[in-house]
Amino acid sequence: MAMMMATGEVLGHKKYGEHYHSLTIVAPDIGERVKPGQFVNIRCGEDRSNILRRPFSVYRVHKRGGWASTIEIVFDLQGPGTRYLSQLRGHSIVDLIGPLGRGFALPKRRAHCLLVGGGIGAAPLFFLADELRNEGHRVDVILGARNSGLLLNQIDARRLASVCRITTEDGSAGDNGRVTDILDETIEKCQTEVIYTCGPHPMLDAVTKVAVSHRIPVQVAVEELMACGYGVCMTCVMPLRKPVKTTKESSKKDGGAGEEDAFVYARSCTEGPVFNGAHVIFNGTPDLVSDVELAPAGTPIRQSPIGDLDDELAPPGN
Amino acid sequence: MTNSHHPGTDVGEPDLSVQLGSISLSNPILVASGTFGAGREGSNFIDVSKLGGIIVKSMTLNPWKGKPTPRMTETPSGMLNAIGIQNKGVDHFLAEDLPWLMKREATVFASIAGNTVEEFVRVADKLRTGARGIAGVEVNISCPNLEDRNNMFSHSTTSTAAVVEGVKKALPRVPVFPKLSPNVTSLPEIASAALEAGADGLSLINTVFGMAIDIETRRPKLAGTMGGLSGPAIRPIAVRAVHEVHRAFPHVPLIGQGGVADATDALELMLAGASAVAVGTMNFVNPRSARDICAGISTYMKTHRLTDLSELVGALKLED
Repeated sequence: MAMMMATGEVLGHKKYGEHYHSLTIVAPDIGERVKPGQFVNIRCGEDRSNILRRPFSVYRVHKRGGWASTIEIVFDLQGPGTRYLSQLRGHSIVDLIGPLGRGFALPKRRAHCLLVGGGIGAAPLFFLADELRNEGHRVDVILGARNSGLLLNQIDARRLASVCRITTEDGSAGDNGRVTDILDETIEKCQTEVIYTCGPHPMLDAVTKVAVSHRIPVQVAVEELMACGYGVCMTCVMPLRKPVKTTKESSKKDGGAGEEDAFVYARSCTEGPVFNGAHVIFNGTPDLVSDVELAPAGTPIRQSPIGDLDDELAPPGN
Repeated sequence: MTNSHHPGTDVGEPDLSVQLGSISLSNPILVASGTFGAGREGSNFIDVSKLGGIIVKSMTLNPWKGKPTPRMTETPSGMLNAIGIQNKGVDHFLAEDLPWLMKREATVFASIAGNTVEEFVRVADKLRTGARGIAGVEVNISCPNLEDRNNMFSHSTTSTAAVVEGVKKALPRVPVFPKLSPNVTSLPEIASAALEAGADGLSLINTVFGMAIDIETRRPKLAGTMGGLSGPAIRPIAVRAVHEVHRAFPHVPLIGQGGVADATDALELMLAGASAVAVGTMNFVNPRSARDICAGISTYMKTHRLTDLSELVGALKLED
């Protein structure tokens, strides 16, 4: 793995709208290596009252060679860690670990990609959109938030997307409602072949269900609490349905014996943060989840442009 | 991240080697169980052979899934966790992790856990036949996240003794360090029971039982309701525990751990009586903590003209 500890220098701080702070950090070693969907884990000061690093998905990258590449992160104020970061200015030094996690799998042939972001969760989708466009894919975007102030960088989203749709729960921008209210029509209109999404769990869950009903592969990026970010603490786990072995026909019949093995806890920091949405058990303890209308893993996917998603979910070798 | 010294190969660098009972360590700084996996991830940042030792994540007889999420919440100067020893089982350790560590010449301490005495003994049996080359075994009888929290082994002298006796019988030639809980009325009494049952040394302390509540949802912040508190917040408890047990049993080798973040913290535990010190939660923050702490100890030795670290162990001055 290519993760490393690095000392970065803040190039600039700015704000997107009222709520979101942005830090651009000169971190060439990370900037040259990071892939969309990966994250960095940043130490928020030396003082020992809040010791844990804070994880941030990379919002934008500017590759400028081995000496000056920058990464940009965006965040809202959630507590002492983000408050500390919001006060950094040019030339401040930051201690970061990255690039961490497994990013989005990009389509292996030209594809129509729909990116669905909720609030600040849209952050990694901008970096992804840049990469997808560089590789010649069509990019469409749905951004959603509670209100217009919580939409992340609408202007750039419109610039990057062939079709860009906005939803807000209070109707202050775009359509009144949620991203899933317009997801079906957008998929049909844009002839979407793969969906990438990041945001709160209920949104990821809802987007996954729609994607599965269209038999479209869906990659979800989760944002979990984590202590280490590099795979040792086991706090950031997500329950994943175990890929069903097609050779065995046992699990359907007896809920009792099969239940124990119906899911595994996978580390969001190393096996994720990007997962096959159809494998993730969202919201709640796994034993309360019935076998919802999700296609089991391994179901043939219409025109799958990503290849074998199960491969993408294999635990890392090292 | 300024002026970090690397323990170099310069001539004149102090010798950091120590004895932990019968075990020779190249330096006194270990990484604590559950904070460094089995070394693979951390080896992106640090050479595992340069660690004083690695106490691997606790292993159980069969794989354990662990508890539901959320498993962690940050607290002032520390964190609470209820992970529930998610691990792939002793067989996986023997087949995958131990060979990897041995190849890299790491000093390995296995950590074993179980829900019953029999489970501990069966893991120990597997280690006897399969784990040649391990330096020692930590017996995790103090994890606050087991099924039956009311019966933590290290909360009673009889169950502490039962586990230690069984493990020691299975592993007569391997130094065994029961890891004790600080959440007891009299730590020396538990320590005494462990030693009488055959413990070669003791590991002090495991996390401290704690809890946090979200006032908006009125729900516990951990899915497991209660959890183990770790980090700098608990260091004074660790210092007290090591001091108390060292006073009662001055010749027993102790692994001190709990909230160690830098060389000062490690030296504090050594003065209290620890021969070796494990760094835990800080590995999450700085995966090179062990290396940085060694560098700091090296500087301290030069400043104080120390040539033998063992001079410090238990060198606390009381009323003179």
